[in-house]
Amino acid sequence: MPEVLKAPLVVEFPFTRSLGPVQSAFLTGLRERVVLGVRTGDGRTLVPPVEYDPVTAEELRDLVAVASTGTVTTWAWNHEPRRGQPLAAPFAWVLVRLDGADTALLHALDAPGPDAVRTGMRVRIRWAEERSGAITDIACFEPYDGENTEITYHAGEFEGPVTGIVAHARLDYTYSPGRAQSAYITALSGRRTVGERCPSCRKVYVPPRGACPTCGVATAEQVEVGPRGTVTTFCIVNIKAKNLDIEVPYVYAHIALDGADLALHGRIGGIPYDQVRMGLRVEPVWTEGARYPDHYRPTGEPDADYETYKELL
Amino acid sequence: MTREQARGAREIAVVAFAQTDHRRTSEEHSEVEMLMPVLHDVLEQTGLKTADIGFTCSGSSDYLAGRAFSFTLALDGVGAWPPISESHVEMDGAWALYEAWTKLLTGDADTALVYSYGKSSPGSVRDVLTRQLDPYYVAPLWPDSVALAALQAQALIDAGETDEPALAGVAARSRAAATTNSHAQLRGSVPHGEYVVRPLRTGDCPPIGDGAAAVVLAAGERARQLCARPAWIRGIDHRIEAHGLGVRDLTDSPSARLAAEKAGVFEQPVDTAELHAPFTAQEVVLRKALRLDDRVTVNPSGGALAANPIMAAGLIRIGEAAARIHRGESDRALAHATSGPCLQQNLVAVLEGDPR
Ligand SMILES: [Zn+2]
Repeated sequence: MPEVLKAPLVVEFPFTRSLGPVQSAFLTGLRERVVLGVRTGDGRTLVPPVEYDPVTAEELRDLVAVASTGTVTTWAWNHEPRRGQPLAAPFAWVLVRLDGADTALLHALDAPGPDAVRTGMRVRIRWAEERSGAITDIACFEPYDGENTEITYHAGEFEGPVTGIVAHARLDYTYSPGRAQSAYITALSGRRTVGERCPSCRKVYVPPRGACPTCGVATAEQVEVGPRGTVTTFCIVNIKAKNLDIEVPYVYAHIALDGADLALHGRIGGIPYDQVRMGLRVEPVWTEGARYPDHYRPTGEPDADYETYKELL
Repeated sequence: MTREQARGAREIAVVAFAQTDHRRTSEEHSEVEMLMPVLHDVLEQTGLKTADIGFTCSGSSDYLAGRAFSFTLALDGVGAWPPISESHVEMDGAWALYEAWTKLLTGDADTALVYSYGKSSPGSVRDVLTRQLDPYYVAPLWPDSVALAALQAQALIDAGETDEPALAGVAARSRAAATTNSHAQLRGSVPHGEYVVRPLRTGDCPPIGDGAAAVVLAAGERARQLCARPAWIRGIDHRIEAHGLGVRDLTDSPSARLAAEKAGVFEQPVDTAELHAPFTAQEVVLRKALRLDDRVTVNPSGGALAANPIMAAGLIRIGEAAARIHRGESDRALAHATSGPCLQQNLVAVLEGDPR
């Protein structure tokens, strides 16, 4: 077996999410250093507030202010903070029931060590200096042994309410393509295109994925295909993709390499875009040091007969 | 569905079960390459071909691989050529089994293939699982799966329901049981280790690994033709709790208890329970909620503390419970699967063998 191929794969997405009236009031309140809960039909106050009662599913809209001090209901000491977490130094994860609330909020507690934390301890909010209307407007909690803060009435109405949040996420992976695709990529670096034949239906799949999707059996027999092939279908791309260094319009096509029973896709070059056609015979063009063909260009052969590729459309 | 409604409906059984050897990494194989031997194993056990299967349902998560629609590639392994009747849940395979069971109850199919798989090795599963949390109030803080489980463990300790030595005991018993499970990732004596997030140590946490599982379901006489001792699903139910952790009592699992009640668990004693408790403290919660006493053999496979391929570990609990019935080692078994932080969602099934 050739060596396992690996490459970093980063998935990043800034989800833009809109807020309902209750979430909007809560997050706008954090921006203004006010903590709001929502009252349920049976008189409980939920903090953080939700728009529907978790027990009855009744719609909730009755906002009430709660204090910025509260009590730890459970905790866990995090001696190795991870990327994105509220504090860079070791801290405690805590569930805190704020004074005036009946449920607890998850956040971080800044404490010198696990011996300084216990269930039942009194804490208060440490506000972030820059606040935008997000849960991170609470920088963290800190131990507090002062008086309970007064709860001041608040109707939950603010100037310039926050109506959405941008939820940034980044996950880092190491991608390994598996046996069949590794063999394909390894062969490509030698400018050979290798597919795999199904032992049952005898079809040659390229690129191979290790299984015949029709028969549901493993494919193993390697078959070299191409390098020449036939355009089975195509489209003309008129809008430039971000970070793509190709002049538009250009042609993107399905290409059935000779000997393959599945068309792969690639860009067609070396011919005006409006002269590309089904049946056009093409060959790969490699650039120096590349691990895959840059594009395909016409071979100059007569076009393939429709009958020879109609099964591959 | 309640037990009353299920009574009089078609009888449906697990007739075959297969799983991979669960390992820290399967990087030499793609997902479909990891999955295919397991699919072929259950088909061989029953003598069925892919074309004979009435309904196929799978469970997996794109977030583990970091690639959208990754499950469509895994479908290559089942010969998913139209007009196949097929479905997918972005959940543990136990929920795919629930959907397949429902499909068989309708009479639309007599057999079903259920599979699930998870490769945790490409990413950091502690970070990946933060993306299933509430995106407004919780996910921006990146609380990882161990941290949330640790909050639950501390709540139990504060309530006097367990302590750190007792949790270490759960870990030791699970991994000792796994010595007879050749598929398990962690077997035998495993150091209880340092704190990951206190009060949980490495030994309290499941191994991170890759794996897959598959089950074949069949209805009525078809089940008896395919299996010498079918594991009849007498009841199955799943329930969910509020997503806000601070709304819940983390020392209890009312959703697991309700699912068990609806599945008929409490009508007669069970002799075996396969619990999907990835963290030691969660077994304490489940034993109480499901009223399991010392007469019940809990996790003879080693459970999720011995192998926890995410998205497959719950289906494996059903498969392990069924396999004990197939082998005649159990007559009435409980199987449990969970999803979400701190046992947020729970599925419970009751499996029975024919009287001997
Ligand atoms: Zn085939």
